[in-house]
Amino acid sequence: MTQPAPSAQHNGPDKGALAGPSDAPPSKTGGGRPALGLRLDVRILSLLGVLAALILVGGITEPDSFLDTGNLQLILTQASVIGVVTVGMTFVIISGGIDLSVGAMVALASVWATTLATQEYGFAGIAFTAVVVGLAAGLVNGVLIAYGGMVPFIATLAMLASARGLALQITDGKTQIVTVDSVLNLGLPDSYFLGIPPLVIMFAAVTVIGWLVLNRTTFGRRTVAVGGNAEAARLAGIDVRRQRLYLYLLSGLCCGIAAFMLIVLAGSGQNTNGNLYELDAIAAAIIGGTLLSGGRGTIVGSVLGVLIFTTITNIFALNNLQSDVQQIAKGAIIVAAVLVQRRTLRGGET
Amino acid sequence: MAPEPPLLTMSGITKSFPGVRALDGVDLEVQAGEVHCLLGQNGAGKSTLIKVLAGAHQPDDGEITWRGEAVRLKSPIAAMRLGIATIYQELDLVEGLSVAENVFLGHEPTSAGFIVRTGEGRLAAKALLARLGHPEIDPARAVGDLSAAQQQIVSMARALSHDVRLIVMDEPSAALDPDEVDNLFRIVDSLTADGVAVVYISHRLEEIRRIGDRVTVLKDGRAVAVGLPAADTPTRDIVAMMTGRDVEYVFPPRPDEASENITEPVLRVQGLSRKGEFAPVDLELRPGEIVGLAGLVGSGRSEILETIYGARKATTGTVTVAGKQLRPGSVRAAVAAGIGLAPEERKAQALLMTESVTRNVSVSSLSRFARVGWIDRGGERRAAQQATRELSLRPDNPDTPVRTLSGGNQQKAVLARWLLRGCRVLLLDEPTRGVDVGARAELYAVIRRLADEGLAVLLVSSEVPEVLGLADRVLVLREGHVVHAAPAQELDEHRVLDLVMEGSPTP
Repeated sequence: MTQPAPSAQHNGPDKGALAGPSDAPPSKTGGGRPALGLRLDVRILSLLGVLAALILVGGITEPDSFLDTGNLQLILTQASVIGVVTVGMTFVIISGGIDLSVGAMVALASVWATTLATQEYGFAGIAFTAVVVGLAAGLVNGVLIAYGGMVPFIATLAMLASARGLALQITDGKTQIVTVDSVLNLGLPDSYFLGIPPLVIMFAAVTVIGWLVLNRTTFGRRTVAVGGNAEAARLAGIDVRRQRLYLYLLSGLCCGIAAFMLIVLAGSGQNTNGNLYELDAIAAAIIGGTLLSGGRGTIVGSVLGVLIFTTITNIFALNNLQSDVQQIAKGAIIVAAVLVQRRTLRGGET
Repeated sequence: MAPEPPLLTMSGITKSFPGVRALDGVDLEVQAGEVHCLLGQNGAGKSTLIKVLAGAHQPDDGEITWRGEAVRLKSPIAAMRLGIATIYQELDLVEGLSVAENVFLGHEPTSAGFIVRTGEGRLAAKALLARLGHPEIDPARAVGDLSAAQQQIVSMARALSHDVRLIVMDEPSAALDPDEVDNLFRIVDSLTADGVAVVYISHRLEEIRRIGDRVTVLKDGRAVAVGLPAADTPTRDIVAMMTGRDVEYVFPPRPDEASENITEPVLRVQGLSRKGEFAPVDLELRPGEIVGLAGLVGSGRSEILETIYGARKATTGTVTVAGKQLRPGSVRAAVAAGIGLAPEERKAQALLMTESVTRNVSVSSLSRFARVGWIDRGGERRAAQQATRELSLRPDNPDTPVRTLSGGNQQKAVLARWLLRGCRVLLLDEPTRGVDVGARAELYAVIRRLADEGLAVLLVSSEVPEVLGLADRVLVLREGHVVHAAPAQELDEHRVLDLVMEGSPTP
């Protein structure tokens, strides 16, 4: 009952987050009441800025080839596969975990879905197998971590090794060519919808669904709670273990979808598929503003992270720069992004 | 012969933290070769004072004189160089390293400046351990494999590995068995015989009588008595000095007693125990009743609360809510049955610090606002706002990040969580920790009002006046046992403190 007015005013400055994007306001969830639920916080804006700058660089250095429709379609298509993996990874990292096995799960799902036996069942057989194998691997991760008490790093590292091994065993190191036309057609320009490749539409759908799940559902809320403070979540009555299980299942599901997309893109299944996807996905999530310690992250940021990485790769390739230079640039971007993150974090939490 | 200057003099030490003045001009004087005891209730400033002495905190004001010379203890290393060693309650050992490596951590005997002479370190550690009466501890063993008492010995060996003149021991007996305590006292005796001074912190008056030379009593950040003789100051006087306070808390009035006994108990705890933590406890809570648990740190009070809540699994016994027995060790079962907990460590155990008030309040009732997992955010926000308004949480804006709230308002956010959930039994563990004195009265009123509205409240607090002022009935705990149970009106602070410290209920 005492002095409501002064304390209400006291809160004023914090609500002005939208007013001054330059002075690094805290970019946590719930900081201000978002108009449409979409928060254009500094980090997202700066990622958009980086992406715009990259497009500018691409447009200037290679004006013809970079801005070509076919090239833009290629960038988006390449971003799609790793993008879907990154959406799942983002959930896992927000929950305070990590999934090192995503690349291996993509490989395993892609080879299992392209065996001769599976291909006999056509489109449905391939798609179904890819998703189920991803889910199964995710289930193993989830059970080991949530109920076996294993550290996510170790459990998924073990999955990385064994899933790759299993993928090699299935293929015997050979490339499994896909002969199902309905699958291959998805990658052809004929099936583009308004000039947008189907894989990009799938990626967009996964992104939108991921955003909705994270921001609008109890599942998303619990994910953030578990990552932000697992003990508080447990004492608030949340089933933390079940939530963790679901999260690794989700990551496996995303890998299954990505495996299917990769099959469409490559027209084959290979045990070397998805190599180092785990690092690309983690890096994209991190530069997108997801906190590696959990509790905070955005789907939009992660997707922008993926687009930035893919665009860099594309520009470098168009400019005939070797992949070693690309790798160095990627590393520099990660470092820069994390340093910026540390600064905003310090500004936000005193 | 001129009297030798005291080994250590601290005068007018002041230290403030945001919102709290932890030390308000404290004086302390320690002579070489004495055991100087530091007494005070939780929050009296003991920890802060020894951290200043250890160089871990810098005082805002005040002077420190060491062997007649003014000094500044800029860092723990500076204090160590002077010969001041501190053995904290939470031992600061590296479990993966060996005993010898821990003893000489940071000042290993080396060849050519960087090659650690392991053998020499072990021999030296062996000698130190023998001096401490524990030659059986193998210097090559990993510290993590040792018992708590042995780890404490290692910690002391580390202190002695420096040229130490003053050792601060923070509740060294808390984790020890009686014969280990005897050994501890032998060590203290041999140290003082060598001219080393010991600053000894303990809650146990009988220990202080046994080994203490002089006593300094702290209360509310001030030294209320300096250098009293430990052997013959009456217990009553010491307790009076520890408790007499300037701030009078304002407690809400209790309802008429008659109404209470009519209702059936909503919470029934029977024979609940946890091995090594607390002996079987029985208690009943009726709607509208506040029951307090009084006891020192380590008396099992928080553990009892957390076991009722299912956050710890009971060794024996049952918890029944409204006639339904709960599955042991399941927080979800407890929450589903209508129990809510406001835990001791609000930030670590209850709050999602980066999230808004709304999300902190709704986290236990999410499914109520969700259809097939889809959250009705408008409804969630309105309900959270209603709950926080009922508790007059300030600022009245459910989008405020919870970390920007004051301690009292953060606590209200936790209470609002359970109000929204519609719980019947509220477990409060140190509800006013980190809450300004001014805001406490309001929180007390809120708690009493919740009880009047039919909630059953179980309250744990290390502040005896809080338990006595707020609760209807009080259970006094000592070392895991309920030593006394009585209506709050029949107890006073001295009586409760006598009970928790001496543990001998006089009939």
